[in-house]
Amino acid sequence: MYPSRFHYEAPRSLDEAFDVLRVYGDEAKILAGGQSLIPLIKLRFAAPAAIVDINNIPGLDYHEEDSDGSLNIGALCRHRTLERSPLLRSKNPTMAATAPLISDPMVRTRGTLVGSLCHADPQGDWASVMLALGGEIIAQSVRGERVIPVSQFVVGPFQNTLHPDEIAVRARVPAPRGTRSGTYLKLERRVGDFATVGLAVVLETSGGTIVRAGLALTGVGPNNIQCTAAEQSLAGKTLNTSTIEQAARLAAEAAQPRTDVRGSAEYKRHVVYTFVTRALSNSQARAA
Amino acid sequence: MEERRINVVVNGEPKSVDVEPRLLLVHFLREVLGMTGTHIGCDTTNCGVCTVLFDGLPVKSCTMFAVMADGHEVMTVEGLGLSSELHPIQEGFREEHGLQCGYCTPGMMMASKALLDENPNPTEEDIRWGLAGNLCRCTGYQNIVKAVLWAAEKMRSDAGVISR
Repeated sequence: MYPSRFHYEAPRSLDEAFDVLRVYGDEAKILAGGQSLIPLIKLRFAAPAAIVDINNIPGLDYHEEDSDGSLNIGALCRHRTLERSPLLRSKNPTMAATAPLISDPMVRTRGTLVGSLCHADPQGDWASVMLALGGEIIAQSVRGERVIPVSQFVVGPFQNTLHPDEIAVRARVPAPRGTRSGTYLKLERRVGDFATVGLAVVLETSGGTIVRAGLALTGVGPNNIQCTAAEQSLAGKTLNTSTIEQAARLAAEAAQPRTDVRGSAEYKRHVVYTFVTRALSNSQARAA
Repeated sequence: MEERRINVVVNGEPKSVDVEPRLLLVHFLREVLGMTGTHIGCDTTNCGVCTVLFDGLPVKSCTMFAVMADGHEVMTVEGLGLSSELHPIQEGFREEHGLQCGYCTPGMMMASKALLDENPNPTEEDIRWGLAGNLCRCTGYQNIVKAVLWAAEKMRSDAGVISR
């Protein structure tokens, strides 16, 4: 109910933030949106000795396309901004479909995509999206910059591979290798819930042929699951009943659902199969 | 005990107070400033009865530390209107019976204000999505939606005559 005491710093630059991290090491937690961290602190599941509030550091609240076609999302870019982004709507339909499904409007005002990735909740939606997109986290420290593929960044429930002196300053989505289409489907018991099952689909096509496919699952494993076999089954192919069915089957096999309050394992696995079928069948990449 | 001086504008009035960093914004509003219109309804950032406007945008005040409001503006239900001069949103909740126990109502009204500020002509679906973070145990929501529709129409017809 009441957080335990902590030392609080609100640095106005990354260098100031690094100074605090040098003093407190892994006893410090970075605070951006706080929509995952603060609830943990209130319930005393987390009790960091120091909180480093980065909300006053300028130059982190952007999301923009680079000249090479990659998309950079700064550490203070809020879900709310992504929800309303014309850039996402035109260039990244998977992310555009995900942003409005994150929690609720108030959480989206403060919460951040980068923070969501760092928190590494197995039921977090953005990690699936970033896996499907081949995304990366860029971490900074006094030692310089480090690029970490999301698949190597989130390594377990609530576990990321940041060093204690590092801050994740942005997420990066590489340029597409074709026309990008896709979506995010989320089954929830009620609006604002965590996913019973979530599916991120990214297709990059050229002339009707899939150059690159990304499929990742939320809520059906110890962490977000990248469906590598399903992705490989689609690469170089066109979408038809047969390739869709195979991808759906492989994705369902890759899921590791557990029976819980949200449903039985068999049910969730069936939802994965259904979602993949639905997402691919409705895809703009599908020949008429 | 480590305290920090924070300067927050609350409902248009500057407040300068020393607080512990762990003090939640909702506790600052209720217990330090005595503004008990903002409620606490869960411990899990779910219910939304603590909703206030932070620089004009809706936030759950139970999921922010007061120190994060230093240098910012907060609007609570006390700043929405007076009993002598109700905001159209408050009038709408009266006209359309948008409350029973009233516990969720301040949060509903502040979230509604944020919604209408951005979208003065919402559909019913827009309203239901905009209030997705606010739970009500009494009403079943239908009169809340009607209240916001009523307020939206009142505010559109008032626009240009009275600005709120």
